[in-house]
Formats: sequence, C-alpha cells, structure tokens
Amino acid sequence: MDARFVPLFVIIPLASAFLIPLFAKLWQRSADLIANAVGAVLAGLSVYGALSLFTGSQVLVYRLGGWHPSLGITLAYDHLTALVVLAVNIVGLCALLFAVRYLDHYTGRWKFYALFMLILVGLNGVSVTGDMFNLFVFTEIAAVSSYALVAFGTDFDELEAGFKYMVIGEIGGAAILLAIALLYAKASTLNMAVVSQVMAGFGRTPLFWLIVAMFLVGFAIKMAMVPFHAWLPDAHPSAPAPVSALLSGVFIKVLGVYAMSRVMFNVFGLSRANAAGFFNLLIGFGVLSIVAGGLLAYAQKDYKRLLAYSSISQIGYILIGLGIGNYWGIVGALFHILAHALGKGLLFLTAGSVEHATGTRDLDRLSGLEKRMPATAWSYLLGSLSLAGVPPFAGFFSKFFIIVGALSADMYWLAILAALFSTVTLGYLVKVANRAFFARRDREPTAAREAPAVMVVAMLGLLVLTIVLGVGFKPVVDRLVGPAANVLLQGLGYAQGILGM
Amino acid sequence: MIPYFACILLVLIGLYAVVTKRNIVRIIIGFSLVEYAINLFFALVGFKREGIPPIITELGQSRSNFVDPLPQALVLTAIVIGLATTALMLALAMRIYEKYRTFDITEIRRLRG
Repeated sequence: MDARFVPLFVIIPLASAFLIPLFAKLWQRSADLIANAVGAVLAGLSVYGALSLFTGSQVLVYRLGGWHPSLGITLAYDHLTALVVLAVNIVGLCALLFAVRYLDHYTGRWKFYALFMLILVGLNGVSVTGDMFNLFVFTEIAAVSSYALVAFGTDFDELEAGFKYMVIGEIGGAAILLAIALLYAKASTLNMAVVSQVMAGFGRTPLFWLIVAMFLVGFAIKMAMVPFHAWLPDAHPSAPAPVSALLSGVFIKVLGVYAMSRVMFNVFGLSRANAAGFFNLLIGFGVLSIVAGGLLAYAQKDYKRLLAYSSISQIGYILIGLGIGNYWGIVGALFHILAHALGKGLLFLTAGSVEHATGTRDLDRLSGLEKRMPATAWSYLLGSLSLAGVPPFAGFFSKFFIIVGALSADMYWLAILAALFSTVTLGYLVKVANRAFFARRDREPTAAREAPAVMVVAMLGLLVLTIVLGVGFKPVVDRLVGPAANVLLQGLGYAQGILGM
Repeated sequence: MIPYFACILLVLIGLYAVVTKRNIVRIIIGFSLVEYAINLFFALVGFKREGIPPIITELGQSRSNFVDPLPQALVLTAIVIGLATTALMLALAMRIYEKYRTFDITEIRRLRG
C-alpha cells in the first residue's frame, strides 16, 4: 500500500490553521466552513487509512525527505496508529460541527478554530510519528494550543484553570524532554525503531529505569492518572464544550496512553514477561484512578466537573487493561480508547447543549429538561449507559474484554473491582440524568429550548457510532483492535516493520 | 560528571520555585529555570572536549573529534517551544491580574472540590 497519505494528517490541519485567520479577515463565517470541511476530510482520510491496512500490510512507512530511518524522521502507520487517528478525527469532526452554533456566545470565532486545528495537528502528529523528538514537539503543539483553549472564556474560572493546567502540563513536558535527552545520551539516535534496537543491547541498568521513570511521569501528567490528576477537573470543565469533548475524549489518551504504550512496549520492549514490576505499577495506578475518580465524581454538583472526574476513572480502566498485559487485557484497553472517546465526547457535547440552552451547569439549578430537550436527554442517557458498560453498547465490550483479560491472568480481585466500579460509574452518570433531565417533584422544569439542528446532528452522530461500535464489535476487534493489540504485544518486533527487514 | 549534576540541581531549584512560591511571576521564573536547565543538559550531551565543528574542510582530516551537532539543533527547537509557553504563561498572568487584581495564587482559588 502507498504510504503517501500519512503526512496529510499533519499537513492539512496545519495549513488550515494558517488559512483560517487569513480568510476570516475577508469573511467571518468562512472559518466555520473551512474548519468543518477539514474535519470531514480528516475523518474520511482516517477511515481510508484504516481500510488500507485491511489489505494485509502490517505497517505503512513514510520517510520524510527520503532519508534512511537512522538519519531522518519516519512516519509510521500501523493498526494502533489507525485506531487512535480514527478516534481523534471522528471526535474532532463532531466537536467542530457542534462548535458552529455553540460559539454563538463567544467572540473570536476564527481564533477558536485555528487553535482547534493546531490541537488536531499535535494529536495526529503524535499518532503517526516514529521519532522521539518529533513526539515531544507534537505533544507541545497540542498542549500549548489546549492551554490557550482552556482559558478561551477569559473569565475568573477559565483563567485560573488555564494557568494551573499550564504549569502542571509543562512540568510533564519538561519531564519528557529530560527523558529524551537521557535517551539520546545513551542511544545516540532518536528514531524509535533504531532506538529500540540499540536499547535491546543494553541491560536493565539503573539509568534505563531512570529514563523509563521520567517518561512515565511525563505521560502520567498528560493522561491525568491519579495522583497526577489535579489539573484535569479544573481544566476540562472550563474549556468550551467542543474542546472539553476533544480533551476528555481523545487528548488525554493520545498524549498519555498511546504515547506511553508506544514508548514502553515498542521502544523499550517492556512486557509482562520481562518487567512484571512495571506492569503491576500500572495496575496500581489504574486501580487508584478508578476508585478515586469514581468516588470523587459522585460528590460533584457541576455537570462537566462530574464528567471530568469520570474521565479520570475511565483512564484507570485503560491502565489496568494495559497493566494486565495479556492479549484480552490490551484489546479491552484499546477498545475502551474508542468507546470512551465516543461516549465521553458525546456526554461533553450534551453538557455543552445544556449550558447553551440554560446558561448553567449547576445540577442543583437544572430540572426536567427531558420535556424541552428530548434529543439531548436521550443522547445523554444512552451515552452514559455505554460508558457504564451496559450491553449492547460499546462500553460493555471494552469492560468485558478487560475482565476476561484479568480472569485469564488469574487476577480475580481485579475482575471483581472492575465489575463493581462499573456500577459506580452507572451511579454517578444516572445522578446527572435524574437531576438535570428527568422531572423532580419539588421543582419546576428549567426553561429551555432544544439545541439547534447542527448540535443535535453532532450528538446523534456520536451516539450512532457508539451503538454501531457496540453491535458490530466483532469485525472491529478482528480487523482493527486485535491487530493493534498485537502491535503492542510484539514489543521490539515493531522495529523490523519500520526498518523493512 | 559535575556539570550534569549541576544541571539537575538547577532543575530542582526551578521545581522548588514552582511548587513553593505564591507569586505567579515567580512561578513562571521557576518554570523558565527548569526549562533552561534541561536545555543546558541536552546541549551538554553533545559536548566533547577539544571538539571541532562537524564540517569537512579537507580530505583526510580526522573526524574523531567532531562535535555531535544534533543536540544543538534539538535544543534550538526546544528553546522556540519554551518561548511560546513562556509567552502564553505571561499573557495568562496578565489576564489573571486584570481579573483578580493580584498575583498571589492563594487568593486565586475559586475552583475546588
């Protein structure tokens, strides 16, 4: 297969981030058009990319400038990349569609879209790159634009959250840069495939584990695993709703989970068999995230803040799936990346729709919205059933696979905990439905009107995909998620595909 | 080895400032310290005693003393990223001051729970 489409994932949004301000000077609304057209093209391209892997090739490699991998930057597109790119661009498209009307009560429309495109540049870049320093640069592109978008409302809360997010996030970025410096000092190359071959020759010295630890700290901050989560419950609710959907849906997973698993599994060659301690550590952090995130979510009175704590809890599920480290555990973790991206993206969009209609996110002030906003209410309800793991929605299968993985690894307590906390998930998500959408006897329904048509279309799009992913889980697992899990499980075998051996 | 540890010490001093200082501007200065210490560390990785620039001027010249140019190129990129983050942090600090009329982070605490 031809790999020439791979750099387009970076080039198209980067060019549009430049063109949007230019055309917006001529005609304000052109920003909507360009951004949504680009979103649709990228979503189509990511579907094309995933389909092109079905024909049998394991990895598509693009060498920038035609340089040999040990000298230049390579871009690689394998099943794991295809999976995250698909999640990024589909959630991105729905968020962009939603933004068209949501931005009505914001100023600086084109600034929003330009920054949003830069986030897409960063996320797609992190997914397709095969170079360590390139990974850092794209991480920073995505991160810096997200700091600006969190503070986009420039009110008290947004500024506070933006600053807090920025300081903590940049400490994470600094940790990643230091880790890359140490890695370069040891390996004298930055190409992931070449690094992994060089590192295979070194022993597991203290320096090796120091590099692993620095990377882990950096990615842990980006993915907001407990105890590195302090910024997330402030930052995600303060951003405009489409941005929250992108941040909670895919941002933390691409910059955190995906980048971490690529580096740990494929570059350092860690696996359950040769580094059990590291994987137990992941399970430990995962359990901590599930429990702390889930219980704190219960206590929230703010619609979006509750969802933000729920994201921390769901990141915990992905972590224990990776930590279990066998085939079904990793399949569950990767499937949960997809299911949670669609589900949490959807829930944040409903939050935006409610805020757009009523002007508040306070669950104590909302009531009985189901009568006035049926589409939003039912999107919320079905989306939350998916996240909580009710069959036949997508979220059920990811948790099911993780539990199968735990059982086949003889970790019975982990399986019990995962099952138990999916009822906690259901509990706090139903709390929102009860308070905001379904009538309470002691309270008048809040005055509101259903969201504009494009916002409803964006929500229904994600809802339909959640159901399709759940009902049609088998082909998705066979063709995409299973091969993606094998990419991680092959460990250092990754290098052979890139170097063409 | 001493320069490497001095760099790490600088990182720690910067982190100390970020964690303990109450004034936003001091936090930003502490953060810049972390950033530049890491850049310095990265540049040191490519350092070679009595090294020469990696330019081939005549045939038969010994190449064993060439300095590795890649860390310097990477540090340049890192500096540019650092410029963007520092600028954005300062811009946020200015907006925070306009809203809250203070730089003290203990008084900028509306989000909790």
